[in-house]
This record gives sequence, structure tokens and C-alpha cells, in this order.
Amino acid sequence: MISFIIYKAIICLVVFLLSLGVAAYATLWERKFAAFLQDRVGPDKAGPWGLLQPLADGGKMFFKEEIIPNVSNRFLFILGPSLFMLTALMTGTVIPWAKDVNIGGQTYSLQITDINIGVLYLLGVVSIGVYGIMIGGWASNNKYALLGAIRASSQMISYEIAMGISIIALIITAGGTLSIREIIAQQDAGLANVVYQPLGFLIFFVCALAETNRAPFDLPECESELVGGYHTEYSSMKLGLFLFAEYINMFISSAIMAGFYFGGYNFPFAQELYDAMGLQEGSWIISLIGFGAYFTKIFIFICVFMWVRWTLPRFRYDQLMNLGWKTLLPLSLLNLAITVVVEYLRGNIHI
Amino acid sequence: MGSTNTPTDYLPIVLMFIVALGFVVTTMVASHMLGPKRKTKIKLDSFECGIESHGNARLPFSIKYFLVAILFVLFDVEVIFMYPWAVNYKELGIVGVIEVFSFIALLLVGFYYMLAKKAVQWED
Repeated sequence: MISFIIYKAIICLVVFLLSLGVAAYATLWERKFAAFLQDRVGPDKAGPWGLLQPLADGGKMFFKEEIIPNVSNRFLFILGPSLFMLTALMTGTVIPWAKDVNIGGQTYSLQITDINIGVLYLLGVVSIGVYGIMIGGWASNNKYALLGAIRASSQMISYEIAMGISIIALIITAGGTLSIREIIAQQDAGLANVVYQPLGFLIFFVCALAETNRAPFDLPECESELVGGYHTEYSSMKLGLFLFAEYINMFISSAIMAGFYFGGYNFPFAQELYDAMGLQEGSWIISLIGFGAYFTKIFIFICVFMWVRWTLPRFRYDQLMNLGWKTLLPLSLLNLAITVVVEYLRGNIHI
Repeated sequence: MGSTNTPTDYLPIVLMFIVALGFVVTTMVASHMLGPKRKTKIKLDSFECGIESHGNARLPFSIKYFLVAILFVLFDVEVIFMYPWAVNYKELGIVGVIEVFSFIALLLVGFYYMLAKKAVQWED
């Protein structure tokens, strides 16, 4: 039991450091990528190619003055960003990062935990994140912050419905399992889920953009009208936690999309490659290659997120609501109906 | 089913919670200790683009947002009802499909009513 806890604690720490590291370097990559798209150089002063920029930014955040407005609710003001960061870090627990490793006859799974309601856990934790924004924005007692927080929460809950229904269609394709480990493992042989769920993936992708408050859905922090949105009054590391948690959310939603729809650590002809290299089941090299494949997919998704941000202009609020309620919701129900018909034709639904 | 459902499976979630909470608390305390403290009255006022701030921000806001919140509760609960079926759809067979789709049909009646009442209509 003690060794179990130690091994799980190590994995927790690794996933935690991984989330932070990826989020930190995603901020740099965002700036580099934007620079590339706009034909600029981007940050290049801190270290070679600006590689130390995230550390400099983080350090700067710590040494800034912390301002809690007089009119704000002190306790809730601190609780807001804490809750947002906490939920962002908690989402990484149910994602399997690679195949199991066999060391000295013991099998170690490279996942913090495999619970049989993984998908529900994920949806639950993500929706608690809305409270972080709402509490933070309300506690500031600032008009811009309140407007931003209301916009953010109403946007996030609107898109959660279409997302939930598109995940139901995915679960049906995956044969009725809520365990993320099984959803990914099923794509081991055969095609990735995106082949069976192209529309579902599209809906999920749009909803993921809206849930992470990324452009073109960045109305909660729309600089041109709301100053900074829900984090207008925040400074020092409290602001840092809000911004940082958004990048962690982006990383985790990329990981979920890559896992749910693109096979996670699986890739075409993986088994043939492992056989050709003469690797046994449970070898650490297999896990390493799978982890590399998973990260390549996540990296591509993060790039797509950034590409979308620097290409599309922001939606108007009525367009946002029309898209969420009048387009995506009926479309996701249609996708569910199509999925059921396809499953019937594949002979998985008996009379 | 490879997945189990024992309390031990949820223990790592508690561990992760401790790690995340530790990080958040450390960051909050560290930034509180490290930053300079030169507070003035104007600095601690709420920010309104440089002009003097007027009154409390907690004013009534558009009823539309409240309607969206209520609709979310209705629809999200209905989505949650579909999850048990999605997990057991093979065992429930065609009867389950008919039942769920009649449920969705009822949901669509409510959805149509929502559109007819212009509950999510932002522009008049």
C-alpha cells in the first residue's frame, strides 16, 4: 500500500510538473507562433530564441505588487483564481499518457488513476472551473469584471451542453465505456474515433475553444470593451494563476481531443513497428514512443488553437449564443441520431 | 471491463488534490510575501478607466443571462440522463433507443418553445 501511494505520488508530481511546463512553454510558443504568422521575430532576448522568457515572466509576476481593492470581498477575491487553478490541475488525473510499463515483473500504468467514470469526472471538474471565474469576477466589485464573469459563465455553460451530447455519441462509438483508458485503448487496432465521429469531433473542437475562452470565443476578456474582463482587478500572481490555468486548460483539452478522437498514444502501424524493433509488451521503449506520439498530437492541437486565435476575429455575443444554442445543440443531437443508426447497421444494437 | 471502482482508485485523485492545493497555496503566500507593498487610497479603488469610480458594481444585469443559466440546468440534467443509456446501449437494445429518442423528442419540444419565446435571442 505504501509503495502504491509512493508510485502514485510520483506520477502525480510528474503530471503536475508536465502541466506547468507545457503551460509555461505554451505561452512562449503562442508568442513565437503569433510572430511567425505576422512575420515578426517574437521574444528573443531572454536566452537563446527566448527560451527563458516563461521563467522571466513567472518571476516578474511574483515580484509585482499585490492589489486587493478596498470594495472587493477579500476572501472570495483570493478564492477565485485559486479555484480556477485547482480545477485546471485536477483535470489531468484521468488521462492515460502512455501504455503500461513492466518493470521487474510489476506493471505500472502511466496514468494517475483509471476510474470507470473518467469522462463524467472530467465534465464535473471542468464545470467547477466556471465557479472560479464567476467568484473572481463578482468578488472584484468592478463593473468590467462582473460583466466579464457573467459573459464567461454563460458562454461556458451554453457550450457544455453541446459538448456533453457530442461525448455521448463518442461513448456509443467506443462501445459504452466512460473510462478514458478504455476509450484510448480501443483505438489500438483499427481506425481512430474521428473516422466514425467527424461531426462529433468538429462540435467538440468548437466547444473546447469556447470552454477554454480562447479566440474567437474570448468575449469574457474582450480587451476592446471590458479592459481585462473578469481579471481586470487582479495583479501579481493571482493574475498569473488565471492566465496560467487557461494555458493548462488548453493543454488538457488538446490532450482530451487527441485521446478521444485521434487515438492518444496509438498511431498507424504501431504494432508492426514494435514487432520490427523486437519489443516485448510492457517495454519502456514502447511507452516512450507512444508518449512521443501522444505529445506530437497534443502539440499539433495546441498549434491549431493558436492558429485559430491569430486568424479569426472575435464573435459578437448574439452570434456566440446563436452558434451555441441554435446550431451546435441541434447538430449534436443529429450527430447522436446518426451514430445510433450507424451502430444499428454495424449490428451492435439488437432488437 | 478493465476499470474497477474501488475507493483505492480515487485515492490518487486526493493525492493530486493535495499537490495542486499545495502549489496554489504556496504561490499565493509567496506572491503576497515577495511583492512590494506601497498602497495608496486611489490605487485600492476599483478600476474604471481612470475616472472616479461610481457606486457598487453589483447592479441588476440583463435577464437574458439568468434565462441562459436556467436553460442550462434543464438541458444539462437531460444530457446527464442520457449517459446511463449510452453506457448500457448494447444491453438495452432497440427498446432503449426508442425510449431515449422519445425522451429527446420531448426535449426538442421544449427546445422549440425556448426558441419561440426568444429566450436566447440577443438581438431584437
